Amino acid sequence: MSKEIIEIKDVTFRYPDVEKETPLVLNGVTLAIDQGSFVAVLGHNGSGKSTLAKHMNAIYLPEGGTVYVDGISTAEEERLLDIRRTVGMVFQNPDNQIVANVVEEDVAFAPENLGVPSEEIRERVDRTLELVGMSKYAKHAPHLLSGGQKQRIAIAGVIAMEPRCIVLDEPTAMLDPIGREDVLRTITKLNREQGITVVLITHHMDEAALADRLVVMDHGKVIQDGPPREVFQHVEELTRRGLTVPETVGLLHQLRENGVNVPLDALSVEECAEAIYAALR
Amino acid sequence: MEPILELKQLNCIYSQGTPFEHQALTNIDLSVYPGEYIGIMGHTGSGKSTLIQHLNGLLKPTSGQVLLHGRDIWESKASVRDAKFHVGLVFQYPEYQLFEETVYQDIAFGPKNMKLDQEEIERRVRQAAGFVGLSEDLLQKSPFELSGGQKRRVAIAGVIAMEPEVLILDEPTAGLDPAGRDAILDNIRTYHKSKGSTVLLVSHSMEEIARSVERIVVVNDGRLPFDGTPRSVFSHSKELREMGLGIPQVTQVFQRLKELGLPIEDDCVYTMDEARDALLRLAGKGAV
Amino acid sequence: MLKDITLGQFFPGDTIVHRLDPRTKILMVIIYIVALFQAKWFVTYGILLVFLAIAVRFSKVGAKALMRGMKPVLFILIFTGVLNLFYNTAGTILWHWGIFTVTTGGIRVAFFMVIRIMMLISGTFLLTYTTSPILLTDGIECLLGPLKKLRVPVHELAMMMSIALRFIPTLIEETDKIMSAQKARGADFDSGNLIDKAKALIPLLVPLFVSAFRRADELATAMECRCYHGGEGRTRLRQLVYTGKDWITLISGLALLAVVCVLAYGFGL
Repeated sequence: MSKEIIEIKDVTFRYPDVEKETPLVLNGVTLAIDQGSFVAVLGHNGSGKSTLAKHMNAIYLPEGGTVYVDGISTAEEERLLDIRRTVGMVFQNPDNQIVANVVEEDVAFAPENLGVPSEEIRERVDRTLELVGMSKYAKHAPHLLSGGQKQRIAIAGVIAMEPRCIVLDEPTAMLDPIGREDVLRTITKLNREQGITVVLITHHMDEAALADRLVVMDHGKVIQDGPPREVFQHVEELTRRGLTVPETVGLLHQLRENGVNVPLDALSVEECAEAIYAALR
Repeated sequence: MEPILELKQLNCIYSQGTPFEHQALTNIDLSVYPGEYIGIMGHTGSGKSTLIQHLNGLLKPTSGQVLLHGRDIWESKASVRDAKFHVGLVFQYPEYQLFEETVYQDIAFGPKNMKLDQEEIERRVRQAAGFVGLSEDLLQKSPFELSGGQKRRVAIAGVIAMEPEVLILDEPTAGLDPAGRDAILDNIRTYHKSKGSTVLLVSHSMEEIARSVERIVVVNDGRLPFDGTPRSVFSHSKELREMGLGIPQVTQVFQRLKELGLPIEDDCVYTMDEARDALLRLAGKGAV
Repeated sequence: MLKDITLGQFFPGDTIVHRLDPRTKILMVIIYIVALFQAKWFVTYGILLVFLAIAVRFSKVGAKALMRGMKPVLFILIFTGVLNLFYNTAGTILWHWGIFTVTTGGIRVAFFMVIRIMMLISGTFLLTYTTSPILLTDGIECLLGPLKKLRVPVHELAMMMSIALRFIPTLIEETDKIMSAQKARGADFDSGNLIDKAKALIPLLVPLFVSAFRRADELATAMECRCYHGGEGRTRLRQLVYTGKDWITLISGLALLAVVCVLAYGFGL
């Protein structure tokens, strides 16, 4: 791909505390996110992945190093709105990001803030709700929707801003399997069909497997970076760091340990079954 | 063996007599035996939350009975309250119910409500904290200073400290990372083994349930379509999928392998160890 | 049980009442309330009741929903009724026991007072039932617009109100959940004397406040991420446009007020 939408250069960060020196949460992170890519950031709780996400649209500013969004340093206060409209952010709890009492009015919130003319807001709202598959619910009250539906409204609310990149901080952590699937399908669609850059923060391996690139974090550092197939090969290291690989990869790994010659990069059930079949036939 | 907890022809209808009337549970029969470790599966809105809230008398059945040791818990006001001490219920995201100044006091809230003496309360608090892996020095801290995972443990300890005969946990691992999830599941398993008490684990993660329990009850549309060993329940993969539930990935892999024509003797493998051993036997390498 | 509280809830719909400009509806409610306080006797109350009934009919909200909204204020209703019953001693004495005296005047005052409160609540509820909170705050913001010149933070107040309304159902649900969780640990919210009951609320209120603060914090961040920066330069999805039906409604409202005043003060009806 051509250009980097987010560039993180040697960033360090710690939560300020008046009383004592707190440990570094980010310890020299360097990462560039390409325009149009789908990147998953994986790590256990406390690995610094959420803190890193919050650097991507200037919620936090780095202590050391710089973060550039579309070439603008996030430390440039007067460009804050430009940064925020370029990189949208979706959080874990859908309840706490929905502002309005009616779905379509919530989706309209960001364009309203940006001073978009009324007729265009109307268009954006309709188009975005269509995109996340929630048009039917335009006039509904958000608190009566399911978790997955609420989260898709929250995504629509960000997309209506027409950002070039969307960062999702554990968007499925509070959802049931059906809600999770809907949200993941929506995210993938935004990336593939709309060309929106997606950064997905998660600790679910199977979610990470959807991405084109997987960044693994631990102790405020990037410890793995590559296509999911490649990263998952390091089963032992991931397990040691409190992460687990998908059951498919785990099974292949165990077979390999016991001398069965199977590849490690079969992520889906289908691929895994075929790999085992080929080895045992 | 006599069941410890029994539901008989239980029905629950919400907002009866209004346009919002909704039958959440329909003619439920369920027996829970002492020492069992049961997984309860169902998607959101299937009625599983309503079901578990009937087990400790938080919800009153529209019709039918809830029997604890053969006696209807709705017999008297005292017996309803008593049921809550015999059947402990840990809600989803229980960390949001912490309120006391110290972890110790928060765990002691339940036992205090049981009117136990100080000494007994102290013993129970320490033991419960031990079960969930909270170290001694955390007991005097404010629960609000702890990390999310630790808060969750405090909340679970708060219910364990009541020493209920039946412990029900609603999605105890929701929102945790794999390490946190495994640790909590381990704690619960240890608790189940050493106390010999009955545990009901509500979850929609098939992998999670497959690893722990010896019996699975599926809730769907206010009924219990399947109730049996993981093996028998997971063999209904098609129906489970239609209910919005999945089956463990390894089980899916095995079903696919069988379709591909591998001579798989057991078509319902659901844990990683079983799967590995079965495949190694096939490969002629012998099980580990 | 807490879910039954419908205070401040909005019932989406597409009736003529829903479509009226929120400013019209707010002004109409004010006119209606003023008229209600001028009403004296069956005729004037009757006229206002007919007006209310027409509005309810057109809004398709249903009298049942309105009556359900009355539940939380039932205590106030009874209290006001009883107080007025014994307090007013005009007219002929009907019943007397100790310090309690019931007179025809008392019954009359109590009766009309209860009717007045019920009609007042129904009227305001009709406004919140048929107007989405965002439109409602838009309307208030617009009507209070002139106060901006006096440095009153009108936009901020309106935004605060709209968010409060948005979170009422969420917090009610949360209260329900925390209450069940504490009950499962043997908490008793119902028995004991007043002090016991107040103490029993601590396990409910502390988590509720903690969670409300957490939500507020997360919401503030989420709003900032969506480029919220105060009322300056904000546009609206829906422009408030005053149409013919708004003017007609408003004029008929003022006429209603005039009729009620004339009947009440001129004829004592």
